[in-house]
Amino acid sequence: MESGAEGREDVADTRERAGGNMTDAGAAGRRRSGGDRLTPGLALRLTVAFFLPPRFTPRSVRYDRRYRKLDQYRFIVWFLSLPVLVYGVFVVSPFLQAFFYSMTDWTGYSASYEFTGFENYERMWNDDKFWEATRNSLLLLVVAPVVTLVMGLFFAYMLTAGGRRRNEAVAGVTGSGVYKIVYFFPQVLSLAIIAVIWARIYSPRSGALNAGLDAVGLDSWQREDWLGSSWAIWCVLVVLCWSFVGFYVVLFSAAMSAIPTEIYEAARLDGAGRSVTFFRITFPLTWETVRTGWIYMGIQALDAFALVNVMVPEHGMDVLPSYLFEKSFRDGQAGYATTIGVALFVITLLFATVMLRIGRRDRIEL
Amino acid sequence: MTSKLNRRSLLTRSAAAGLLSVPAVSALAGCASGGGDDESVERGETTDDNPLGVDPEAELEVIIFDGGFGDQYALDAEAIYQENYGPVTHDKTTEIQTRLQPRMVQGDPPDVINNGGADAMDIAALIRNGQVYDLNELLDAPSLDDPNVTVRETLMPSTVEMGQFGSQEVWRLNYAFTVYGQWYSRTALERLEVEYPRTWDEMIAVCEAAKRQGMAGWTYPGVYPYYFNFTLYPFIGKIGGVEVLQAIDNLEPNAWRHDAVKAAFEAYHELAARGYVLQGSPGMTHEESQDEWNAYQALFIPNGSWVENESRRNTPEDFDMAVGPPTGLDSSDAMPFETLWASASEPFFVPADARNPIGGLEFLRVMLGQESARNFTELVSSLTCVRGAADGMDLPPGLSSAKATFEAAGDNLLVPRLPDWYKQFNNEEVGGAVAAMMAGDIDPDEAITRCQRAADATASDDSIQKFQHV
Repeated sequence: MESGAEGREDVADTRERAGGNMTDAGAAGRRRSGGDRLTPGLALRLTVAFFLPPRFTPRSVRYDRRYRKLDQYRFIVWFLSLPVLVYGVFVVSPFLQAFFYSMTDWTGYSASYEFTGFENYERMWNDDKFWEATRNSLLLLVVAPVVTLVMGLFFAYMLTAGGRRRNEAVAGVTGSGVYKIVYFFPQVLSLAIIAVIWARIYSPRSGALNAGLDAVGLDSWQREDWLGSSWAIWCVLVVLCWSFVGFYVVLFSAAMSAIPTEIYEAARLDGAGRSVTFFRITFPLTWETVRTGWIYMGIQALDAFALVNVMVPEHGMDVLPSYLFEKSFRDGQAGYATTIGVALFVITLLFATVMLRIGRRDRIEL
Repeated sequence: MTSKLNRRSLLTRSAAAGLLSVPAVSALAGCASGGGDDESVERGETTDDNPLGVDPEAELEVIIFDGGFGDQYALDAEAIYQENYGPVTHDKTTEIQTRLQPRMVQGDPPDVINNGGADAMDIAALIRNGQVYDLNELLDAPSLDDPNVTVRETLMPSTVEMGQFGSQEVWRLNYAFTVYGQWYSRTALERLEVEYPRTWDEMIAVCEAAKRQGMAGWTYPGVYPYYFNFTLYPFIGKIGGVEVLQAIDNLEPNAWRHDAVKAAFEAYHELAARGYVLQGSPGMTHEESQDEWNAYQALFIPNGSWVENESRRNTPEDFDMAVGPPTGLDSSDAMPFETLWASASEPFFVPADARNPIGGLEFLRVMLGQESARNFTELVSSLTCVRGAADGMDLPPGLSSAKATFEAAGDNLLVPRLPDWYKQFNNEEVGGAVAAMMAGDIDPDEAITRCQRAADATASDDSIQKFQHV
């Protein structure tokens, strides 16, 4: 209770100070250039204040200009310190370690290794299999989000605003409640199970794919080794999209139902059809969600490890994580595998940065 | 610079930071290195009953791979060990590497490891790090059953060889004994009224006869195309002699360009080209192909003697499983028809950092006794590396056929080392090339070129440890 009162007092102090600054800008400027220097004593007191609860803040510091920022950050830092500590120990430090291990010839089996500098990176640069795996990963990274999101948006739109019913401005197609649940089914299954099921579907003799092609008279399209051939990447892509599309249907449905119906009503009064409504209203208003989904799906596509590891035979195609796994756990080259991991890290980082930069739009407040 | 730290920018920034955590890079570094403690057991007094000098009080820790063989055989052997020596801690797992790699890194491994299964540890890497105990001491000790015979003398041919990695040290003991070859059903051959083919012309004739009956000549697990190596390698060796295979194992330049390799590849390619291979085989797993084979859809399957146990559930009563040596090419073959790939498998090793390595050796000596070996054969219907241990036993048809085929081969044994020396090369490169050839994507010449190119790449890759036949 008491500390809450203190806090309000702080705020009042700060406001007073801000007001003073506004009225006497010249004085403030003078102070900034001259008398407001950060003396060692003041710095010490500021440091102490940072680690103490607000009510113990020394008076001399409380009215310092820097205290405002300190107060702001102190709140956040203390709030986040525990999670950040956990994050640092279990996420950041392994990362830094990874950069170190990527420059060693560590086998992964013993505690001994030698520092080899950039030898692993040089090897990676000349490693055809690495580049092949990278190509596959990048292909998935580009295609999987596009396909999944387009499908997710389409289905979500049809489920929330695709129907036409009397007396209702916005409605989903008939039975949309059922569809919504059905689409989500794959999301409930573990990825390993999905991979096993789909490996069965691609199986040449008993699999549903070849049997289906046969049934519709496309015998010539049948293949004896879907997953061992160059088709493997597309087979994996299909499974990846299939397993994630339900999630995006639900995500986008939620975003779309947040759009006020008046907008739809207005659009319909103006004579807008389904596609115009979608591109002029629904899509722009759900863009933020789409972008988030895009990043998330891209990362899922970059991973794809479980699918490739379970479905694709050893001599078939690799993606970066599966190649990393083979190098580390089959070939006993944990050092080199870590180098590949660093490459994967860089790719993920670039992707995330690019995605956060492009498509940044002003948020439309509804 | 103004500080614009509001709720929104804070969330954006923490989201960006969170993205950094996504890639799998941190997964690896998690296995950080640590130190180990050293409180190893002293060697006890050596006596006639205890030739290795096991400390009778010391504990022993044994880890068994819980795969197709289970772990009952090990429990029984441990009971024998415990009659004379200290208590045994027994554990079984299907994930050898996941469970034991951290302990190897810490320098605190168990005393005996059954390093088997798909998740086995890379023994070559362990040897390179000096983490494996040399078993020569065990091999030179008197055997359990007859003090006048050393353990080495009780072993099947190739057992010692399979433990060597390019030097005289023997790093592991492969306990089971596997006969590789063309597995078939005697019943199926009888129905077609044909004999087991000894030359490639006969093979073509048999396959043609099968085709007329709507049956394929061959099937194979295209998902694991290196199953083909089980018959392909000895086929090559048979045509060109053992030197050809050794040159391939030693990664010699142009080893794959030998005429024998070409002849063998072309012969196999002919099977596919003439349509004798079961449709769909390129995409089958080992189980799927074995099921088709058990359903009389195909005559032959390249496999090892574990297949009888593995496919037991789907094998018809009248199947009468048998194995034959790989069919030869013709009368000009360098080695006789009976020539066969048979070698010890299912590796056991004693870590160098083990607390009680002598106890580990003694445990292996117990396992190599007649009693344990016969028990193993009875429990899991597989031969062991112990000479004559299965004599007089009532074996299932496939296993007794394997035993007879092996005995008929005499000294004409081939032990290709690619599968354990260069696993990636064997499984991915040779396997991939053969898979593509059998699926009709490439011709034999290109398959050979791919193998040779991969062999050269392996030879020039410094990160892969090289071995030579001794």
